[in-house]
Amino acid sequence: MTDNSPTAAAAHRPSLDAAAHVRRRYAAERRFKAIGLGAIFLALGFLAILLWTIVSNGLSAFMQTYIRVDVRFDAESVAGEDYQGAIKSALYARFPAVESRGERRELAALLSSGADTALRRMLTADPSLVGTTKPVWLVASDDVDMAIKGHISRQPGASGNRLTDRQLGWLGELEAAGTVEKRFNTILLSSGDSREPELAGLWGAVVGSVFSLVITLIVSFPLGVATAVYLEEFAPKNRWTALIEVNINNLAAVPSVVFGLLGLAIFLNFLGMPRSAPLVGGLVLALICLPTIIIAGRAALKAVPPSIREAALGLGASRLQVVNDHVLPLAMPGIMTGTILGMAHALGETAPLLMIGMVAFIVDIPASPLDPSAVLPVQVYLWADSPERAFVERTSAAIMALLLFLGAMNLAAILLRKKFERRW
Amino acid sequence: MSEHTVKSFDEELSHLSNTIARMGGLAEAQLGAALQALGNRDSDLAVRVVAADAQVDELEQEVQHFTVRLLALRQPVAADLRQIVAALKIASELERIADYAANVAKRALVLNQQAAVKPVGAVINLARLVQSILKDIMDAYVEQDVDKAIGVWNRDEEVDDLYTGLFRELITYMMEDPRTITACTHLMFMAKNIERIGDHATNIAETLHFLVVGTPLKGSRPKGPSVEAP
Amino acid sequence: MSHSPSLPAKVRARDINVHYGDKHALKHVDLDIHAHEVVALIGPSGCGKSTFLRCINRMNDQVDSARVTGLLTLDGDDIYDRAVDVVQLRARVGMVFQKPNPFPKSIFDNVAYGPRIHGMARDQAELDEIVMTSLERAGLLAEVRDRLDEPGTSLSGGQQQRLCIARAIAVSPELILMDEPCSALDPIATARVEELIDELRENFTIVIVTHSMQQAARVSQRTAFFHLGELVEVGDTEQIFTNPQHPLTQGYITGRFG
Repeated sequence: MTDNSPTAAAAHRPSLDAAAHVRRRYAAERRFKAIGLGAIFLALGFLAILLWTIVSNGLSAFMQTYIRVDVRFDAESVAGEDYQGAIKSALYARFPAVESRGERRELAALLSSGADTALRRMLTADPSLVGTTKPVWLVASDDVDMAIKGHISRQPGASGNRLTDRQLGWLGELEAAGTVEKRFNTILLSSGDSREPELAGLWGAVVGSVFSLVITLIVSFPLGVATAVYLEEFAPKNRWTALIEVNINNLAAVPSVVFGLLGLAIFLNFLGMPRSAPLVGGLVLALICLPTIIIAGRAALKAVPPSIREAALGLGASRLQVVNDHVLPLAMPGIMTGTILGMAHALGETAPLLMIGMVAFIVDIPASPLDPSAVLPVQVYLWADSPERAFVERTSAAIMALLLFLGAMNLAAILLRKKFERRW
Repeated sequence: MSEHTVKSFDEELSHLSNTIARMGGLAEAQLGAALQALGNRDSDLAVRVVAADAQVDELEQEVQHFTVRLLALRQPVAADLRQIVAALKIASELERIADYAANVAKRALVLNQQAAVKPVGAVINLARLVQSILKDIMDAYVEQDVDKAIGVWNRDEEVDDLYTGLFRELITYMMEDPRTITACTHLMFMAKNIERIGDHATNIAETLHFLVVGTPLKGSRPKGPSVEAP
Repeated sequence: MSHSPSLPAKVRARDINVHYGDKHALKHVDLDIHAHEVVALIGPSGCGKSTFLRCINRMNDQVDSARVTGLLTLDGDDIYDRAVDVVQLRARVGMVFQKPNPFPKSIFDNVAYGPRIHGMARDQAELDEIVMTSLERAGLLAEVRDRLDEPGTSLSGGQQQRLCIARAIAVSPELILMDEPCSALDPIATARVEELIDELRENFTIVIVTHSMQQAARVSQRTAFFHLGELVEVGDTEQIFTNPQHPLTQGYITGRFG
């Protein structure tokens, strides 16, 4: 090419330039990939740190220290229901050298103030125990538990020590005798809340959460699906529906505490529903869920190809038949995924529930959605607020339970989608 | 008509009509040269005419291949289809016309061995008429002129009249002087060939009508008196 | 021609106008469709041929902004009469779409859906009968006899389209509308559908919209050419493809547009 006119030069660019251009293009691509990967690893790193902190803090909460003492079920204390007395006598018998009142109180404090419930349960199960002496494993107090787990120092005389030197000595003695043991913490998984960390359990909060979510599902799913179907399939496209659409999208972005205030005003103050009840919690969470379900539902309905609607209409199906027979079944996996994700989001909500009084200290396991109850995130909040050292690990354990719950719901979402997903 | 969206199709179609026009020109030239050879008793020219017939055959082959290609690759419809089918038909008419011209030249070679006879002039007159018809029809093809084609179609009557007259004249001539029978018989075949060229020209006129208008030329062509019944 | 001009037309369109909002999509269309003939509607995109097709089974009702005026009759009954129930109408006028769109259900349920919603079968045996006959008529039975429970979407594209045709004829329509039924199919599948259209002509009247001129030429007896919302020319297919009368038709079918 000797032609050096500008067009010829443009048509036959020197190959060297082209190679440099290609190199730059590849370099830019590699850079972008590297940044993306970096972002993902950073996120994964934070997640790993978070999980590690929670698990390493909370794992020990699933074990609980027990102390074995030989308890005499004498008829006197059984009749007077003075199990605490029976336990104390057993302890004094174990350490006969302890005589002063102060020392005896310290000795009794090794065991949990709720240890007597175990004796009551034993006797209820087997009344023939009266008059016998049995070795019984009793729940140790939270301080003993912490000491055994190594969370607080067992060095005699250490400053800020929760256990006195004498208590440490007795503990050492008991341990040497093989009568101190860490066992799986069934209390944590089966009891309600308590002021005593060693007696506090998550079960009340779990049941409260389940009740709340069931209410949420019952209320928000039909409402949300009906709204989505109407807006997507039936409503005329005009200014009013556009306005409604904008408002629904905005609702999804409203801070959840506002929904809590709404619930407080309407459900509690106006309708007079019970405070702290999962019923009200569920209703408030349903309000929070609704925009999510409607938006996800509409997206799922939109994703159903119009050709399916046309095919059914062309065969003479009515609009309702088109929706019921074809569109809704096809959109259902998407709607359900959206619903479960919305519910998972609601499960984690704390602020709106504080507004309707679900932050109260509730010991009993709720028997119905009308009973006062806590929920998991609020339980986490309550425990995190408690001063006792033993609540630290229990807070983490509660978070683990919450995460497990969330994971299970997300897994359900994935499984549902896999099961019902159809290709067209 | 406006151009095709696919430009190369336009080019191919115009190549096709150009080939037909070239063939027509060649056939016309062949007829003219044959007449010249006859009128001037020019044997060399007659030999050249006979040899040149191969060119026309070649062109016809080319048109055939080309039309088949266009039919297969372009799947033409409507006017395009008619143009291609018409080209195929006209090419074969022109090939026949060139054949007849070559035959006239061949017979001119034989006549040149004989003494000259008088009716040659009348044959040349007939041929001149057919020649002008052939020229007109090829012009009509190039201009896509239906009126001109219908004019050609109607002028075939003149050819038939002239041919019938010539036929009688030749028979009279042979009866008067039997020595001229050989020459006159050749002239008679020449006249027949030339008359056939006229017929092929009217066929082209009909094809042209179909090409341009899309329908066959209706009505029976005006015929001169039949030679079989003088 | 297979039809006799003295017979009343199956579908009569007189001065049909369609507006989509401000857009005048179909302008003063007059067209007759006779029983047992295949009419092809051709024309460039946006010319109104699909719009006209969708007038016949009132699929345009789905579009909020669409407004149809003029007289359109099926066997003398006004299709756009207030008293006409769209569901009943669509049982008489079946439709096959551009993209094969079987329901994501079994092959059997695909074909059975129409008869079910129209209550055409009294019991399961009758339903089976309808499904089998429809599949047979659509030339699909031999290929799917052993797999009626498999999803319709598992079939090949051509089979899917024939399934859609089976689904349409299962409700025994009088008229079948086809909107570019072969545009997503390969040539072999296309040929099978075209052959099927030819067979179906015995029992049904078919209106087909197509972008393939060759297809219109192959399957139809009459062809109508639309341009910018107007019916430019309608005539016997042979005439349209050898000697179209209107320069626009000529320009379109020979590829000289613009």
